[in-house]
Amino acid sequence: MSALLFYILAIGSVSCALLMILSKKAVNSAVALVGVMLCLAGLFAMQNAHLIAALQVLVYAGAIMVLVLFVIMLLNLREKGGLLTGRQPFIQVGAVVLLNGLLAPLVSDYVMAPTTGIALTDPATFGTVKGVGTMLFTEYLLPFEIASILLLAALVGAVVLTKNKKNSEG
Amino acid sequence: MNSMTGDLLETVVKIAFVIGLNLGFFAPMLGWVERKQSAVMQDRIGANRAGVFGFTFIGLLHSAADAIKLIFKEDFIPRGADRMMHTLAPVIAVVPALAAFAVIPFGGKFELAGHNVNLVIADLDVGLLFVFAIASIATYGAVIAGWASNNNWSMLGGLRSAAQMFSYEVTMGLTIIGLVMYYQSLSLVVIAEKQVDFWHWGIIYQWPAFILFLTCAIAENKRIPFDVPEAESELVAGYFTEYSGMKFIMFWTAEFIEVVTISALCVTMFFGAYHLPFISPDMLVSIFGGGDFGAIVAMLIGIGVFVAKICALIFLQMAIRWTLPRFRYDQVMALGWKIILPASLIWIFLTGLAILLGLMPTV
Repeated sequence: MSALLFYILAIGSVSCALLMILSKKAVNSAVALVGVMLCLAGLFAMQNAHLIAALQVLVYAGAIMVLVLFVIMLLNLREKGGLLTGRQPFIQVGAVVLLNGLLAPLVSDYVMAPTTGIALTDPATFGTVKGVGTMLFTEYLLPFEIASILLLAALVGAVVLTKNKKNSEG
Repeated sequence: MNSMTGDLLETVVKIAFVIGLNLGFFAPMLGWVERKQSAVMQDRIGANRAGVFGFTFIGLLHSAADAIKLIFKEDFIPRGADRMMHTLAPVIAVVPALAAFAVIPFGGKFELAGHNVNLVIADLDVGLLFVFAIASIATYGAVIAGWASNNNWSMLGGLRSAAQMFSYEVTMGLTIIGLVMYYQSLSLVVIAEKQVDFWHWGIIYQWPAFILFLTCAIAENKRIPFDVPEAESELVAGYFTEYSGMKFIMFWTAEFIEVVTISALCVTMFFGAYHLPFISPDMLVSIFGGGDFGAIVAMLIGIGVFVAKICALIFLQMAIRWTLPRFRYDQVMALGWKIILPASLIWIFLTGLAILLGLMPTV
């Protein structure tokens, strides 16, 4: 049962990802990206990480909506439909596969190996709001705070950029 | 029957019940309520023509007549529209509306013939976050519909609904943080169980959160007074101008089911879920003689109470919808960013302070 579910979600996410890379219309790509995120959320939920699954959809749904708006407002709307043809899609897919292939050993060796987080978590609270929250505010408090400062800096930067533009115009 | 088949059967029955309740009862009934309540409020007669052999059943048959009419209408896709996205959009609108119901408990936990029955489709630890995640997906329906229609009015409606989603999505999450702090859980099942005691109903301590949440939820659902994406006096019909037949009815169904979902969420968080005031489900079971019979009666009473409370909140939402005029677009944005967002942050602070000082004992 769970293996069947896994294959459905895995095939769904890979085919949505391919559709995202290959489709000519940018909005279609964005919608396919939503599909990828939904399938990934399903995979997270299968690992009992319900919080990550919900946040995955919640955060990326908003983020991809921004992408859709960019597409509508900034790109040319008179595009042709359908999928990319010729050599280009093969180059794109090949590049992604190659990049992931190169990154995978690096990530697994240098990023994943030193953390002992899995051993620290209690299986009863794993993936629950309480479990993740406790970890964030004890074990990983410093990275959490640094990330929030980073986001704040980005926020202030965005405000400053738009404010300056307005002043120079007026 | 082994336990896995039993669990599967139980889940299928629960899903069938929830979908049946929404699509079979609430969606057509809301079509009738929308017309009839507005008629009563505006001193008109309202829908009274559709009938069988002269019997009109106070206009109840209009929903059926509408459904039959719309099913047989031409499914029109405008020239230059993106055919696939145009077809996909109503589906994106209606599916999340139904899926959000998966985590809402509609009756409590009972033991039936040695089998533990929990009347919720998915007892998720992150229930509330799931609802918000699903709600944010639903907005894609409107935006994609507006984009795919190849019509300027539709496009404007879609863009407005995207902006409205940005403004109210985060705020809606913040409005109920105080409530989550009070109940110490994000799970709707746990929140519902903690309201057995009448004095622990959310509305008693968390009434500001209720007002803020209901406002945000109506805005998220794009209904009057926040229906600027639709705005028939400016944008023809906004994002679904170019829709006809079944696709049109799907947008309406999605909107009505979201009304029901908002009511169900409010009932679960603020109005004691499926509980009667002062009478706990255990007491109900023992009043009706205990055992399986008592459990079944208590279960049915729980479901009935839940549905009745939903109907009361639907009445409130419809009354709001037919009382207030549509806000101007900048007013909608200003209300979200300048009033509701700071107000909900202040409420989070006040709730935290009250809990810290022991003025609001958590349950």
